[in-house]
Amino acid sequence: MAAHEPVGTAERPLRVAIIGAGPTGYYAADHLLRQTAPVIEVDLFDRLPTPFGLVRYGVAPDHQKIKSVTAAFDKVATHPRFRFFGHVELGKDVSVDDLRRHYHQILYCTGAQTDRRMGIPGEDLRGSHPATEFVAWYNGHPDFRDCQFDLTKERVAVVGVGNVAVDVARILCRSADELATTDIADYALEALRHSRVKEVYLLGRRGPAQAAFTNPEIKELGELADADITVRPEEVELDELTRAALAQNPDRATSKKVEILQSYAHRPRTGKSKLLVVRFLVSPVELLGDDAGEVTAIRLVRNRLVATPTGTLQAKPTGEIEDLPVGLVFRSVGYKGVPMPGVPFNDSWAVILNDKGRVLDPDTKQPIVGEYTAGWIKRGPTGVIGTNKPDAAETVACMMEDQARGLVLHPDEPSRAAVDALIRQRQPLYFSYDDWRGLDGLEVAAGRRAGRPRVKFTSVEDMAHALGRRSE
Amino acid sequence: MNIASLLASKGGNVITVGPQESIRSALGLLAQHNIGALVVVEGRGPVGIVSERDIVRALARTESILVQPIAAIMTREVIIGTPQDDLIAVGNTMTERRIRHLPVVEGGRLVGIVSIGDVVKAQRDQYQGEVDTLQFQILHEDEAKMRQAS
Repeated sequence: MAAHEPVGTAERPLRVAIIGAGPTGYYAADHLLRQTAPVIEVDLFDRLPTPFGLVRYGVAPDHQKIKSVTAAFDKVATHPRFRFFGHVELGKDVSVDDLRRHYHQILYCTGAQTDRRMGIPGEDLRGSHPATEFVAWYNGHPDFRDCQFDLTKERVAVVGVGNVAVDVARILCRSADELATTDIADYALEALRHSRVKEVYLLGRRGPAQAAFTNPEIKELGELADADITVRPEEVELDELTRAALAQNPDRATSKKVEILQSYAHRPRTGKSKLLVVRFLVSPVELLGDDAGEVTAIRLVRNRLVATPTGTLQAKPTGEIEDLPVGLVFRSVGYKGVPMPGVPFNDSWAVILNDKGRVLDPDTKQPIVGEYTAGWIKRGPTGVIGTNKPDAAETVACMMEDQARGLVLHPDEPSRAAVDALIRQRQPLYFSYDDWRGLDGLEVAAGRRAGRPRVKFTSVEDMAHALGRRSE
Repeated sequence: MNIASLLASKGGNVITVGPQESIRSALGLLAQHNIGALVVVEGRGPVGIVSERDIVRALARTESILVQPIAAIMTREVIIGTPQDDLIAVGNTMTERRIRHLPVVEGGRLVGIVSIGDVVKAQRDQYQGEVDTLQFQILHEDEAKMRQAS
């Protein structure tokens, strides 16, 4: 068997499978394909027919500028040693063992696919949803297009003040006219057109200085066509601890954030049809429901800030309770990765068990040869899209170091043709990058006719049909 | 960002020693794992921290120190973090108080150790990511405008 000849040559390229075609998958592919040596072939897999992960299905439809990063990803995809296999799912269509037969290295970039629960009574009442489901729904994610949200409710609570929470609140507050110029899913546009939502409460457990949202995001909330914004003056007043921390380590962005929020406290209502209320220093302790099991209110406890030994200001409940009547609740209190069949998982942090991106054996805590991870499933859900670039670079550096030391898998059939054959057999309805370019062209063309960036296909059947292929 | 995300890609293996183990064994562990400090643990929780600096200082005083127990030279007043602590607050505190290693405890159990290097790297990656994202958007906008103009 000639399996132990050096790999990474033009005749025997180093073959890498990347699982997950989100930003991290592309950044990693880019880093790999830029190596002058070894010669590397990259196959990028995604369980959805379309690439770009959360850029397509997470980033809000009214934030097209953020989505422009896909132009960089498309450039990566033009590399002759890059291939894309969409609608091929690890654990369903192919297994880790399959990949071990065809690749020298496997890289998991599957992101943080589920939301954290609040862990309070009433969380599962009807009308209480993870914010991510709403996001995936309005963005036309095929798995979430059939979700139902009762938009006849007039009052909505969004728990959290991170960027997902802010997106959800903003989309709920946008007018139909504003949304109609975005690439929001058609069915979501239609549903939101008939929305009766009048008041949206964005609930932060800490103070304004600790809120995760950025200044452009909070400014944008103050410039909505059809929604006024307000905050409670006493909730945006800085407490002593925050004041002291800012005095010791001045931070212009944080001071500006507080300034913007404080300016909302004294803004008169201008008669817009919706009201967005940003609240601070409150934590949900229970969702209250009626006899039919539907949410009627969210019970909040007021918090105050206390300093931990490291100087972090944490929320501590005061015991003072308040019931906020709402008919709909979206929770956005964090995200976490989900374990994949055959891949070691670190339950403490809800990531793949890894050291700098090398997947570790749970028993020996030593690296498993040939398996790596990057992005949110490696470090948890933090940072902006671009943060995944240095993260992917760190993992790729480990991959190259191991390759140079000969620490790679020894696949039986390290060839592109063998993978083609396998995929054709396991998932005949897979989507290549040319398929994606075709879909992209159709979406953009439909968008041009409608004065929108694109009109999205939202089901695998529609995508297959548009390309003249039959879906089973 | 909280410091849980720094620990998430560090393997979850924290190298610890007992207070009665010898300073020589601590030295061995520092060299073997290529690290700068060890958390000293008794039971489940940390009781101190011993760093390469502590050992160097002790050695400078008495060369025979290596056979002494770690308890003789470890720092007992240790600032301890939790996974939910803010990266920025941790960075500020470590810088101001000249701390190079922060044991992280959750529910009384030692779950990791964060070094000042980890903090700097996380902050650098965060800023690099933001700068990169913004730069790309600006360039892309300019290109789109130029295409429209031509």
